[in-house]
Amino acid sequence: MATGHDAHHHGPASGITRWFYTTNHKDIGSMYLWFSFAMFLLGGMFALVIRAELFQPGLQFVDPNFFNQMTTMHGLVMVFGAVMPAFVGLANWMVPMMIGAPDMALPRMNNWSFWILPFAFTMLASTLFMDSGAPNFGWTFYAPLSTTFAPDSVTYFIFAVHIMGASSIMGSINIVATIQNLRAPGMTYMKMPLFVWTWLITAYLLIAVMPVLAGVVTMMLFDIHFGTSFFSAAGGGDPVLFQHVFWFFGHPEVYIMILPAFGIVSEIIPTFSRKRLFGYDSMVYATSSIAFLSFIVWAHHMFTTGMPLAGELFFMYATMLIAVPTGVKVFNWITTMFKGSISFETPMLFAIAFVVLFTCGGFTGLMLAIAPADFQYHDTYFVVAHFHYVLVPGAIFSIMAAAYYWLPKWTGNMYDENLGKLHFWLSFVGINVLFFPQHFLGLAGMPRRIPDYALQFADFNMVSSVGAFIFGFSQLLFLFIVVKTVMGGKKATAEVWEGAEGLEWTVPSPAPYHTFSTPPAIK
Amino acid sequence: MLPMLSTNPLTPVISCIHRLRRVLSAVVLGLVSPSLLAAWELNMPEGITALSRETHSLHMLIFWICVAIGVVVYGVLIYSLIAYRKSKGAIPATFHHNTTAEIIWTVIPFIILIGMAIPSTRVLTQIYDASESELDIMVTGYQWRWQYRYLNEDGAEVTYFSNLATPAEQYENFSDSIAAEKGENYLLEVDEPLVIPANKKVRFLLTSADVIHSWWVPDFAVKKDAIPGFVNESWVIAEQTGIYRGQCTELCGRLHGFMPVVVEVKEPAEFDAWLAEKQAAAQRIADAASQTFTMDQLMEQGQTVYNTYCMACHQANGQGLPPAFPALAGSAIAMGPIEGHIGIVLNGKAGTAMAAFGAQLSAVDLAAVITFERNAWGNNVGDMVQPVDIVTAQGE
Amino acid sequence: MTNKRQQHTTSTGKLVAKLAVTVVGMFGFGFAMVPLYNVFCEITGLNGKTGGQVEYTATTADIDKERTVTVQFTAMNNADMSWEFHPMQNQIDVHPGELNEVKFFAHNPTATRVIGQAVPSVSPSVGADFLHKTECFCFTQQVLEAGESIEMPVRFFVDKALPTGVHKLTLSYTLFDVTQNFAGAPQLTAK
Repeated sequence: MATGHDAHHHGPASGITRWFYTTNHKDIGSMYLWFSFAMFLLGGMFALVIRAELFQPGLQFVDPNFFNQMTTMHGLVMVFGAVMPAFVGLANWMVPMMIGAPDMALPRMNNWSFWILPFAFTMLASTLFMDSGAPNFGWTFYAPLSTTFAPDSVTYFIFAVHIMGASSIMGSINIVATIQNLRAPGMTYMKMPLFVWTWLITAYLLIAVMPVLAGVVTMMLFDIHFGTSFFSAAGGGDPVLFQHVFWFFGHPEVYIMILPAFGIVSEIIPTFSRKRLFGYDSMVYATSSIAFLSFIVWAHHMFTTGMPLAGELFFMYATMLIAVPTGVKVFNWITTMFKGSISFETPMLFAIAFVVLFTCGGFTGLMLAIAPADFQYHDTYFVVAHFHYVLVPGAIFSIMAAAYYWLPKWTGNMYDENLGKLHFWLSFVGINVLFFPQHFLGLAGMPRRIPDYALQFADFNMVSSVGAFIFGFSQLLFLFIVVKTVMGGKKATAEVWEGAEGLEWTVPSPAPYHTFSTPPAIK
Repeated sequence: MLPMLSTNPLTPVISCIHRLRRVLSAVVLGLVSPSLLAAWELNMPEGITALSRETHSLHMLIFWICVAIGVVVYGVLIYSLIAYRKSKGAIPATFHHNTTAEIIWTVIPFIILIGMAIPSTRVLTQIYDASESELDIMVTGYQWRWQYRYLNEDGAEVTYFSNLATPAEQYENFSDSIAAEKGENYLLEVDEPLVIPANKKVRFLLTSADVIHSWWVPDFAVKKDAIPGFVNESWVIAEQTGIYRGQCTELCGRLHGFMPVVVEVKEPAEFDAWLAEKQAAAQRIADAASQTFTMDQLMEQGQTVYNTYCMACHQANGQGLPPAFPALAGSAIAMGPIEGHIGIVLNGKAGTAMAAFGAQLSAVDLAAVITFERNAWGNNVGDMVQPVDIVTAQGE
Repeated sequence: MTNKRQQHTTSTGKLVAKLAVTVVGMFGFGFAMVPLYNVFCEITGLNGKTGGQVEYTATTADIDKERTVTVQFTAMNNADMSWEFHPMQNQIDVHPGELNEVKFFAHNPTATRVIGQAVPSVSPSVGADFLHKTECFCFTQQVLEAGESIEMPVRFFVDKALPTGVHKLTLSYTLFDVTQNFAGAPQLTAK
């Protein structure tokens, strides 16, 4: 496999400015991944403040307004700072290698897509130290709480969202351009690894909806500073308009946060089952159906706002429909394992846990889709349990699985398998202790976003908080494992995993700074 | 309600370290103390209306279908993980597609979904029909309380606020001094609940005076958003008398978790008697506007009104939480000319969080709270405001 | 320049031109959204918003005496609004097609001029399309000087096409203080 040897490039530049000026997809991928890990720990700290306060009834630690800041910042940092940049980092590292391309199509824009993110999040985090406090209106920032009644920091929040959005849009354009134009000859669309497919579709979703988010925060900005009334009834506007526009972004956004996870799991399970992914074609069609359907279900977040019956029914039916292609994917992963030859290295443990626990989140999602039942679930801990199941043992586990799976390729060293398994089991137990009781809390009547609660909710809250601390501190072990692997370990081969298929396993480990400067031959 | 805390976010985090010992002992005690061993509640309540029972049944139907699917799916998965382990010598098969299987497991879920959609549609359609109500009640969300107004009644209008009644000593657990033990209905009790008659169709008209709130009573399966400038509808036919508790379910600011919904369902005859008494009381409150009160009476009532309506922002010690919520202790307005003080309490201040309480509270309550503010915390201005002063100010 | 470079420059130029036209077109589309939204909301009557002012003509005046609809009125203040504001009648029974008038009382108790905006909402939403106002204080801002009181009329009729299952309509007004929106507009007069 020729890695190419161009007279002008001999490896990375030296010194710290390498990182500021790099246009190399591997460098940029690494920066995205480290950034997202830091944001994951920051967002996790906010979560631990929340769970510490909720450990017992009563207000022990924080003022309710600060608690609202914590829930808001936890959501914003995790969604925009941890999950999305992590997936972009994985895309940057792996997509060019998987399609036999030398780099992303637009390497300089790639650099900028990354570097505006630390700026945006520094600004957002700095609002915690402002007099008025950080944003305190929830990561979903409904108007008029986020307009007329917002703290001064809302303007910085809007600015940060614009910057993050620009980063995502530029990154997505890059991914589409790369996948559509730089595939090695012979790599047709239906031969691309599924991770590349899911990222292609995710990129289109991002391009479609991030501008809508930019639109809604711009309308907020105008309502707050320039006397417009988009979301104020006094001037002829409508607070529910905010919800429609936000969720038109927000629902595709949650699919943006899970489709790459589907792709990752579709890479890992075949490798450790030593069997090709079952139903490749229908996996592609199912992913596309999910992406299409994600545009027409947004108002299932708004069942209690007083929509007309016809609208409510439409959104209920459309939301229920998503279960079909999602189910197809779950069946295909399981059928891949069925009659395979399975081994249980750490990436596989995370992938299997993904299948089990994401499916659990899918079941509660189906329950939530039933509009009349949703009247009892909406804005309670049942919803919190649902989305944390699909996001944490869903998206986050897939990111961890990907990290373990590809760390040997990135660093040239095997991670410590025993420590990896320990990290997995601590996380698995922690997550379930943390989030499973929250289903019961919601059903018993505990609303979301409250710092204190009635006595009948005390027991499950205590259990949930214990789980939070187990899960939270386990991630320090993950940090240790990653750093340890970067610094050394058993040397990895090019193939790394028996049964691994794909172009990334044909280059040496660690992958050379430039790969596929000449395109590979595709069989 | 809550002591002023520094706005430095690190202070509470640091102070949590001091609490660890107390918390650890609380864990041990809590796990065995009866009051905290309250029900390990696992499921949604069936509730006391026909529709709440239908909702519960629908919830259980979907749940059991999901369990059944889960048993099959997880069953195959677990079987595969055990039977096809490499460590036990499994040789991998090579198949990677099967169109028949794919079609079957696309069509069968689709049919199951249709089976779920039919009862769901039926129940939702019933929930949407709020017509032919016998009683209409306007429910208005405020930061951070509910207001109830009984419509289509002749005679004095019955309108009142429903405020959290749990004393601050029970939820303020910041200081190391012993907090009061939490009552049975901690955070779910109010000074005046909504009262409705049993077995009659009651329609709720929901709106808000500031931000979006949401009114929820789990035992009725009624949850509807209260949106400023818009009126939503919901309804209930409560089949059993009793007291039913719910909460605000849309983040509405600082005290979102402290504005419970409490509904008392009475037999129709008792309800009529209650309503008549409320109308008489409304008349008495209006009449009291012409009475004169002593300083002690005004200060006592004023403290109660302050704790319910003002303390959330201006704090128990009158220090406020500047810059958003100014201090009243030593303030130019509270110690300055009476007309200015009355004006700002009645009319609010545009562009700030200070609402126009003239439209919300009675003349007696307004007079009392203004008197209180002028004389508490060492302000000691010495003057009193009588209800007639408020009425005069409102008539100008 | 070589032929290939010339071709490249030309095709790049064409692409830039197409993109520029698209940008201008999208900007124009943004402007067109204002009238488009107005049309859409009028046609669908979304959110309990009745249409704007409606004319009462000979055909609409054909009254359906067989049917009675109760129309209920409520009034409330947004939190920052200090006026006394209430309907002078709590409800009336009307026939579809018949023009009726009710009055709302408003009083400004403050020492300054205040401008109010009333925002209507009709329940149930299936009935919202069928309550037509020919005159309403909610169509414009209302200006009250310090201490001023006013009785404001609403003239309306219920459309005969009101679905047969609907026997009661509730017309609610929320009153907002919009004085700040008009700071520096002293010429604004009431009604």
